[in-house]
Amino acid sequence: MNILSVLFYAALVIYFLASTFYLVDMIGKKPQAGKIGRWILVVGVVLHAASFGVRHATAGGTPVTTLHESLSFFAWCLVLLYLLLDLRFRMTVMGAFAAPLAFLLMLGSALSPDMVVQLNPMLRSWLFPVHIAFAFLGNATFALAFGAGVMYLVQDRMLKSKRFTGIYQLLPSLDSLDKVNYTCLSVGFPLMTLGIISGAFWANTVWGTYWSWDPKETWALITWFLYAGLLHGRLTVGWRGRKAAIFAIIGFLFLLFTYLGVNLLLGGQHTFDAFTN
Amino acid sequence: MDIVVVGLSHKTAPVEIREKVAFAPTEMEAPSQQMMALPAISEGVIVSTCNRVELYAASRNIEAAIIELKNFMSEYHKIPSDILNEHLYEYEGEAAIRHVLRVASSLDSMVIGEPQILGQIKTAYGYATEFKTAGVILNRFLHKAFSVAKRVRTETAIASSAVSVSFAAVELARKIFDTLEDKTVMLIGAGEMCELAAKHFVNNGVARVMVTNRTFARAEKLAAEFEGGIPVSFENFREQLHRVDIVLSSTGAPDYVLEAKKVKEVIKSRRHKPMFMIDIAVPRDIDPLAGKIDGVYLYDVDDLQGVVQANLKEREKEAAKAEKIIDGEIVQFQKWMSSLQVKPTIVALRRQLDEVRKVEVEKTLSNLNGLGKKEQKAIEAMANAIVNKILHHPTNILKQAQNGSDGDLYIDAVRTLFDLPENTDAQQQIAEPLDDQ
Repeated sequence: MNILSVLFYAALVIYFLASTFYLVDMIGKKPQAGKIGRWILVVGVVLHAASFGVRHATAGGTPVTTLHESLSFFAWCLVLLYLLLDLRFRMTVMGAFAAPLAFLLMLGSALSPDMVVQLNPMLRSWLFPVHIAFAFLGNATFALAFGAGVMYLVQDRMLKSKRFTGIYQLLPSLDSLDKVNYTCLSVGFPLMTLGIISGAFWANTVWGTYWSWDPKETWALITWFLYAGLLHGRLTVGWRGRKAAIFAIIGFLFLLFTYLGVNLLLGGQHTFDAFTN
Repeated sequence: MDIVVVGLSHKTAPVEIREKVAFAPTEMEAPSQQMMALPAISEGVIVSTCNRVELYAASRNIEAAIIELKNFMSEYHKIPSDILNEHLYEYEGEAAIRHVLRVASSLDSMVIGEPQILGQIKTAYGYATEFKTAGVILNRFLHKAFSVAKRVRTETAIASSAVSVSFAAVELARKIFDTLEDKTVMLIGAGEMCELAAKHFVNNGVARVMVTNRTFARAEKLAAEFEGGIPVSFENFREQLHRVDIVLSSTGAPDYVLEAKKVKEVIKSRRHKPMFMIDIAVPRDIDPLAGKIDGVYLYDVDDLQGVVQANLKEREKEAAKAEKIIDGEIVQFQKWMSSLQVKPTIVALRRQLDEVRKVEVEKTLSNLNGLGKKEQKAIEAMANAIVNKILHHPTNILKQAQNGSDGDLYIDAVRTLFDLPENTDAQQQIAEPLDDQ
């Protein structure tokens, strides 16, 4: 095993451990476990970052070109943003969502073929890492908004139907879930916008055109409009709560399709093959 | 020495009996002293609350103690003993320990997990220290009970959920709003339960209280009870609703005072900020259809009762965990109790001194080089003699104290002065043959 896989699998195992601790906190009602889980995640995110550092050095460029790297980078962004969000909201239950999701992404990454490829020259532009970073951080933020949205709907359902099952005790208040939704939206939307803009500039340097209506671009634009609609609704009409939660969920489903579905189903210049050939 | 409990509670006696046997908190001295005058009672504590009256005692003669305590209760309160005895229960030894630990942990309460009982036992213990009726055993025992109650409270969720309607309302509000500090409550009508709930909300930080009533003077009067309370005329209260986050309604009106349509308008003018509405009135004040509106959480009196019932069930589940904690603590306390016996104490004391003797003799001998066998023997004999002489008198006192009333005091003092271990290690060590004898 080389240093790269050691770091990668260390992060994978650590995300699994953190997930276990968060779930013990939630199910066993042991708040200590959640705190441990948080520190484990901090270690994980550092090791994981180191693995990207090594990869960057080996590949001689931004190491997010294969599905393996992409999923792994998504997981890293997710954990990083969760930890940042946690600084402000202290929501263990979000950790119980983010850590297992990061673990699953890592598992997906581990199962897809891994090779460190010499980068295609077109990926060597400085705009490529900028584009990638914005896009993935945006995705991760919206993933957190999705989690908060699902929790909001569950909690809202229980409060309305007056039937409280075990999970009710674990969920934070509707207001704070809504604040997470808003925070994620107001952070994620600029990130996504910058991701698209930097992508367009980069496309111009590589293909000589800012926008070529490649499927990924089209779907990203649709998703962008969706989130723009939500942000607009929040700021002008005062959308919030359930409606905002539903929007965040739908938005993320579109995002997932843009991120994975397009690559796997529709093809285009964003496919991993196009990068590595 | 054993622990004995005689008493009655809401489980065995109706309120007519309980109120007769209650000891008034202002006059605890007389009963305390009368109880201590009973021949079989070495130590005693009287616990008296509206739901239970119990006597805790330490005694060397369990059977006599139980009879004396029962007679004391009936004589002191002038209730024929055949009537009183029907309601009294008695526990001794392990059962008595378990009972008190369960009571202190609020497992035996009418509402499991309610917090008052612990304070009430602490008060009772306060009287016992004031009138010097608690000795070594009950002192230790009640402190044990307090620490067990604390463990149960922190290690189980027994007291974590609300079991009264007004607390349940506050708890639900916390599931909707992340803070109550900037929220406004409006009381519609003057139902007692709503008033109580409003007070709970204020205690939990709610910023403003508005009060409306068909009779404006009553609204003013009730509003004055809250700091900064604002009276609102009944004709205008709907115009104020958009500022209100929590509505507590309990008018005697035969029809709805708040239509779903109006609530919808209010929500819209609040920019969809959620509203929590509690309708305790029967017939109901708020159109139940309002509860279907996005962002409106409407609870009627049955809904709140349902929450309370569910929470009670949850507490019962947690009680099982608490019983396990208590099981462990009983074993520990019994270890201490059994360490209070004379014989093991004497053995432990001798062992402790022998240990010192052995170490010191070895030290001395290794410092004095070139001593003959004879001289070594002499030094050892001297050390032995010192230990035996020192032990002679305390051992006799302990043996005599066994039969006296303050035997435990001496035993506990010896154990403290010589730092003798009190757990099973001590018993096990005693069981081991002392290797240098």
